[in-house]
Amino acid sequence: MTLHPLKDEELKTHFTITYKPEAKYSYTAGQAISNFLKGLKEGKILGRKCPKCGKVYVPPRMYCEECFCPTSSWTQVSDEGVVMTAVASFISWTRDRLEEPEIVGTIRLFPSTSRDYVYPGLFHRICCSYEEVKNMKIFGRRVKARWRPTEKRVGSIDDIECFEVI
Amino acid sequence: MRVNLKYRKVAAIGAGMTPFRRRFLETPQELAWEASRKALEEANLELKDIDCVVIGSAPDAFDGVHMKGEYLAHGSGGTGRPVSRVFVGGATGVMTAISAWYHVASGMCKKVLAVAEEKMSPGRPHPQAVFRYIWDPITEKPLNPNLIWIFAMEMHRYMHVNNVSKEEIALVSVKNKRNASVNPYAQLGGEITVDDVLRSEVLVWPVQLLDVSPVSDGAAAMVMVDGDVARRYTDTPVWIEGVGWTLDNTTWPNRELAYPRYLENAARMAYKMAGVERPQKEVDVVEPYDPFDYKELHHLEGLLLARKGEAPALLKEGFFDKDGDIPSSPSGGLLGVGNPIAAAGLMKVISIYWQLKGTADKMQVKRPVHTGVAQAWGDLMQASTVIVMRN
Repeated sequence: MTLHPLKDEELKTHFTITYKPEAKYSYTAGQAISNFLKGLKEGKILGRKCPKCGKVYVPPRMYCEECFCPTSSWTQVSDEGVVMTAVASFISWTRDRLEEPEIVGTIRLFPSTSRDYVYPGLFHRICCSYEEVKNMKIFGRRVKARWRPTEKRVGSIDDIECFEVI
Repeated sequence: MRVNLKYRKVAAIGAGMTPFRRRFLETPQELAWEASRKALEEANLELKDIDCVVIGSAPDAFDGVHMKGEYLAHGSGGTGRPVSRVFVGGATGVMTAISAWYHVASGMCKKVLAVAEEKMSPGRPHPQAVFRYIWDPITEKPLNPNLIWIFAMEMHRYMHVNNVSKEEIALVSVKNKRNASVNPYAQLGGEITVDDVLRSEVLVWPVQLLDVSPVSDGAAAMVMVDGDVARRYTDTPVWIEGVGWTLDNTTWPNRELAYPRYLENAARMAYKMAGVERPQKEVDVVEPYDPFDYKELHHLEGLLLARKGEAPALLKEGFFDKDGDIPSSPSGGLLGVGNPIAAAGLMKVISIYWQLKGTADKMQVKRPVHTGVAQAWGDLMQASTVIVMRN
């Protein structure tokens, strides 16, 4: 058997079958995340606390993955935190080129300390310049959620526009 | 000192691969068959000698076919035999070898064929779009992420915490593509410079085009047998002496990303089984998983072959070069050979197997080798698989 490496155009001269699956999904948010999304609509970031080890889960979870017991109470965490990492994307999710980079990263929310290996945190957009990402000045900066106006919130992670430096 | 002797001894006696390329006309099954046939040939076995088959393949969406285990089965010699498919994300390739190991180590099978295949080219317009569905559908997907985002986030965190520069990381890409230039299976071998990497297209800062492994099609296969039968077929069996696989906290936005704890746990499990007490002194050759260049450094630290944050300095000194103290990715790794996900992981195990057997040809490292380690990593940033082999 000979193995043929080909260019995309060359592939068209051979038998290929093209098909587009029409799959649509309706994901349920579940017990914990439903309430989390409701909280976002009200401008709050909600977590669940484990009664045994005291860990606060944000995004919330109905159980503690280590103690394997039910988390017992809702607790509101701050919409402020620290930038743990940030990147600037010049490609879209389909790998098309973006003119303006999209800046995203992870945020360790308060209350937490820099010594925590696991902490309440979110993955989100960060409103800052490409330069601040490139020179890493954004790392460790204190940021706060920029919420969308109340009437525009729908109960989605998108109710937060981004995190911005305070 | 080896701590667990309750298993049956397991040896690898044959391996085979297709070349890794961007687009193949062959179907996934044809690729699997090609690799399987070569592995059986090297082992001096025929399909009728095989007791069971293990298949490894990453998300079905890449090939665009569900039930990939069943789909690949006839090309992998599975008809009429016990067949199982393993899947642990990008860590699948090494897990396929580990799964073959436990089929034999348990005493259930004497001769096992392990086959890994991936065809990333069918997805249109780009396989990147398929990766969208590995994110959490409610808390992450609405932000329209692409896969490179998370690795860029991990890379940048690693650079920030350990004060590592882009230049230091680019050296991995330079080394691996150079190593791949003598690998007949490689897709992207060649001589490049640090400047080429730094001048390539910025995808998601700090990740640039030459920091990333390519999109590939390919298959790889290995034959693993019970220790008692190994010497009937070969004078140079390579022994599987330690295996380990673990998962870390799966909610990556909620934890530190600078150090791969998931890998340290898997490595310790494998080293303990193999009786490796001082990895940096005892491991002679290593194939850490390198879909991104920083990942090789990150993983060398997780494998305890360098202290936290010190892999870049060792790399610069030539410690991980082909003629260095611990040659790393002598095959050329995913950056040089290509990245058909599951097949790329098994390719890493095969590379170590050929090094220990002494049949790696132009890829053979200079110094004599006795203990080798292959590793893969997968899911978002939490799964790792490690295998320790000796000749």
